[in-house]
Parts: sequence; C-alpha cells; structure tokens
Amino acid sequence: MKSKNSIQSPSKVGFWEKLMKIDRRWIYLAIGIVVFIPMLVYLGFPIRVTKEVRSVYERIDSLPPGTVVMVPMEYDPATMAELQPLAYAVLRHCFSKDLKVITTSLQIEGVTIIKEDLEMIAAEYGKKYGIDYVFLGYKPYPGIVILNMGENFRKPFPRDYYGNELDSLPMMKGVYNYSSCALILNINATSGVDYWINYANGRYKAPLAIGVTGVMVSDYYTFLSSGQIFGLIGGLKGAAEYEKLINHVDLACRAMDVQSIAHSVIVLFIVIGNIAFFATKKRKKSI
Amino acid sequence: MKRELPLMIVLIFGTFMAFQYFVPHRISSDLYQEFNNWTIIIGIFAMVVGIGSLISLHYNRIKFKKPGWGYSTVTIVCLIGMMSIGLIGGTENDLFLKLYRHGLAPVTSTMFSLLAFFIASAAYRAFRARTILATLLLLAAVVVMLGRVPIGEILTGWLPRPLQFSEISNFLLYVPNTAAKRAIFIGVGLGVAAMSLKIILGIERTWLGGEGRK
Repeated sequence: MKSKNSIQSPSKVGFWEKLMKIDRRWIYLAIGIVVFIPMLVYLGFPIRVTKEVRSVYERIDSLPPGTVVMVPMEYDPATMAELQPLAYAVLRHCFSKDLKVITTSLQIEGVTIIKEDLEMIAAEYGKKYGIDYVFLGYKPYPGIVILNMGENFRKPFPRDYYGNELDSLPMMKGVYNYSSCALILNINATSGVDYWINYANGRYKAPLAIGVTGVMVSDYYTFLSSGQIFGLIGGLKGAAEYEKLINHVDLACRAMDVQSIAHSVIVLFIVIGNIAFFATKKRKKSI
Repeated sequence: MKRELPLMIVLIFGTFMAFQYFVPHRISSDLYQEFNNWTIIIGIFAMVVGIGSLISLHYNRIKFKKPGWGYSTVTIVCLIGMMSIGLIGGTENDLFLKLYRHGLAPVTSTMFSLLAFFIASAAYRAFRARTILATLLLLAAVVVMLGRVPIGEILTGWLPRPLQFSEISNFLLYVPNTAAKRAIFIGVGLGVAAMSLKIILGIERTWLGGEGRK
C-alpha cells in the first residue's frame, strides 16, 4: 500500500509544487485581464449603502440652499482613481442643492487636479466662481493651516488660489472660519486627515466627515464610533454608494465591477495557494 | 550657549503653546496666530536645506559614477527643470501644466496602480493558514475583501443578514478593529504627551543632534 502511494504521489505533488512556484508574471497577467475586461463592459453589480455613507448624504441633503459647506480635497494622481469619483459625487450633490462650497488643497501634488475637478463640476451646474464656490488653494504645513483657518480663513489665505482678496468675493462676506460652515467633508488620501480630526473637530468643534482611500478606512472607524466624525466614506466603494444615493451612476459604480472581480480573483489565488501549501506539506510529512 | 538657547526657546514656546489652548483671551489667540505663521516660515527654510541635501547626494553619485547614477541625473534634471519653469513662468503656465499632466501624473498613477499586481502576487505566496492566528487573519481578510465589494452581496445575499459577508465585514471593522485601533491610539497619544513633556523640560535632547549629548 505504501509503495502504491509513493508511486502515485509524485505526479500529484509535482503539480502542487509547480503551482507553489508559479512565475509571478502569470499572476500579473491574470490580474491585468480581470481588471481590463470589466472596464469595457458595465455589469452593474448591486451596491448596498452603508450607514456611515448615508449619514453624510443625509446631512448634506438636509441643508437649505445657500448654506456654506467646506470640502477640502487632498488627493494626487496616485490616489485620484479612488478619490476623484467621490469628489465628483459630493460636489454634484452640493451644487445640485445650491450649497456654497469652499475648497482647499493642502497636498501640493494634487492642486492642479483639484482645481480642474472643481471647475468642471461647477460648470456642469452653471455655478459661478466667487458666488457659488471658492478655491483657496494650497499652503504648506497642513496642521498649521487647519489651525489658522479655525481662527479666520483670511489668516492663512488672505487671497484665494487665483489671487483675489477673500473679502472681494461675494460668497466670503460674513464667512470667517469653521463656525461659518455647516459642515466639513474632507476628502483625503494622506495622513493629513488626522489634522482635520484633531484640530478642526477636536479644537474648533466643526462637524466633520471624511472620505479616505480603501487602505486608510479601517483606521477611522474608531473616530466614527466616538462621534468625532459624523460620516466615513471609504474608497471607491464609498464613492459608489454616494453615486447611488445621488442617482448619478459614474466612475465609481463602474469601477466597483472591476474591484469586485479583482478581489474575487485575489481570494481565489489565496485559496489555491493554501491548497498547494497543504498538499506539499502533507507530502513532505509522508516522506 | 549653543545648547542653552534652543532649550530655552523650546521651553518658552512649548509651555506657551500648551497653556494657550486653555486661555481664550484675545492676546493669547493673537500670539498663537503669530507663532503659527513663524512655524510656516521656519519650515520653508527647512525645504531649502532639503533641496540642498538632495542635490548634494545625487551630484556625488553622478560625480563618482556610483551604481544607479543615471537615475540621479534624471532626478537633478527634473528638479531643476520643473523648478526653473515654475519660477520663470508661474505654476499656471502651459509648459509647467503639460509636464505635470503628461509627466508627473501618469508616472505616479502607474506606480500606485502596480500595487494591485504586487498585492495579488504577495497574497498568493505569503497568505498561508500556517497557525490558528494566521488562519483567523486570513479568514478576516477574505471576508472583508469580499464584504467590501458587491460580489460579497451576490455570494451571500441569500443568507440570513448576520451571516452575509457585508454584515460580518462591518462587524469586524466596527468592533475588533475599532477596539484594537483605539488601544493603539491611546498608547500613541500618551507616548506623544510624555515625549513632548520630556522635550519641553529638556530631559530629551536627542533633537539637538551632536550638541545634545555634550
């Protein structure tokens, strides 16, 4: 019996061993294919809205027209794929409700993208600069800038991104600091989001929600349950939920198809890797 | 004096910044604003030092033809090129924006997107159920990965709600994850407070560099 096993096993185990040592380029190819194909065909997988995203939507939706909200955006080309769809969805919601939007970009690499995103969505809704939205731009040292804005926007930003004095902009009349804003929704791909929590909410008690990348999201549930933030939008999934809430299917909903299939394939790889691991381990023991 | 002066500055300003938080008077607020502005100005000087150090490092690599000196050439050319274009034409000039849109943006996007491939390869090779703890980690990762995307809904949507991947994923994020993170944050917070106090009182002096050890 033993000799029979020893005759049969080499071919079986050879297969698993080969699988264990598979060239990583096959894995790269598989991921490339499963990322590329769903981009061409929209499958429309179902998206369930979570309470942490719904709370942001409901808070914004309940604001009367003309209310000032602050949407600081800190993402760059590297994280644009995840956070740009969220920025689009949130700005669309704010402009469709005729809210006034103040934006900053405290991450240098993303200033140009954020300025263009803001201008593009504002143009979609026929919004005018200085009346419906203001872009304050970039200043170094986000922690200090956030603290200073808590006192007065004019301290770190005497002029906006385009060089206009803040007092010359109609929208900024009577708008001094966070207490003039109904809420802050920080869309952030950096650890700078901690400054917003510690200073804007902690020190100045500004109602704060955050939108962060998928890898960052698990860090911020603790602030959600403590009430320091009233909402949490995590990565592309959160953006897709927001798109669903505003009934505007766009980049995020489409990208969720890609992410769904890619995640499934990674899980499949993990399962195959473990089967191969145990099969080869069993063989080593028997030898 | 080389040691005493920085220690004195840290003691005075550190104590002021700690106490001003509790003093809602206008003078306190104005001083606080002023000091914050100083921080930004001093920080900008640090950038000059940083650029100097970067140029010096890469210049030496090129000069002595050290391995990878070609990349150092690219770094210096890009640094000086972008800086010159920005300084001469401003950050809104066409060439500067073109270099940003068609140079920097695709490069950084590509670097970040490579993560998906590396994660898949790493997951295949390293994510093994070797021990009970590793198995728990693996199961949690699989549930969260599937629960955070719509495919989880399709796979387990027919099950009772508490058994659906999205619900289990939410539970993992809200309860065990929050508990662990909170413990870490409290520990870090206490550590930062203790370290700040040591620096303000001059007990911790490593930040002074070589002078601090004398």
